[in-house]
Amino acid sequence: MGRSIKKGPFIDHHLMEKIVKAKDAKSKAPIKTWSRRSTITPEFVGLTFNVHNGKIFSPVFVTENMVGHRLGEFSPTRVFRKHGAHTAKAEAK
Amino acid sequence: MARILGVDIPGEKRIDIALRYVYGIGPSNAKQILEHAQIDPAVRAKNLTEQQLSQIVHAIQEGEYVIEGDLRREIGLNLKRLQGIKCYRGMRHIRGLPVRGQRTQTNARTRKGPRKTVGVVRNPKAKTGIH
Repeated sequence: MGRSIKKGPFIDHHLMEKIVKAKDAKSKAPIKTWSRRSTITPEFVGLTFNVHNGKIFSPVFVTENMVGHRLGEFSPTRVFRKHGAHTAKAEAK
Repeated sequence: MARILGVDIPGEKRIDIALRYVYGIGPSNAKQILEHAQIDPAVRAKNLTEQQLSQIVHAIQEGEYVIEGDLRREIGLNLKRLQGIKCYRGMRHIRGLPVRGQRTQTNARTRKGPRKTVGVVRNPKAKTGIH
């Protein structure tokens, strides 16, 4: 079940502060964040976020299509592995 | 055999069942359409008159149901959007794995397709000792 519209999208306050600051300074520097649960709103568009996945911060450049998703959706927490030898042929896929 | 909306040819079935052969029309939509067109759902599709057929087509178009090619395109675009932004759901679609958090150690055969047994594949470089 989705979140009640009455409440509006959820964004962590500490992340919102950073975004407002970056917008004021017009800086394009990536914003480091652990807040995977924050919903992407139109204000995020054009900014780059380094989203923590539990180990590293993966860079996410936010585009218009991403609005409504959560930051965490773009920073996978698991590595997809296949069986078999890691030959050049298999790697190319 | 009757033709509705060009491509679809429902057979010797009741019209409420036959309508479901149109991609995007299921049981409830079929019922709604027939109610709107004021046609008895128990009539066989082949026994419908031209006028009744056009009534059905009219009801479908008036109801603004998204069907056939338009629906397929809409679904395709949704998938493309998810895959284009590289979000988790999009990646699962690309990989052909379940998207909504189901387990994959066992089951998930609908998404993964028939079982592919993977044997031990030796690294060709290992034989020569290069690694």
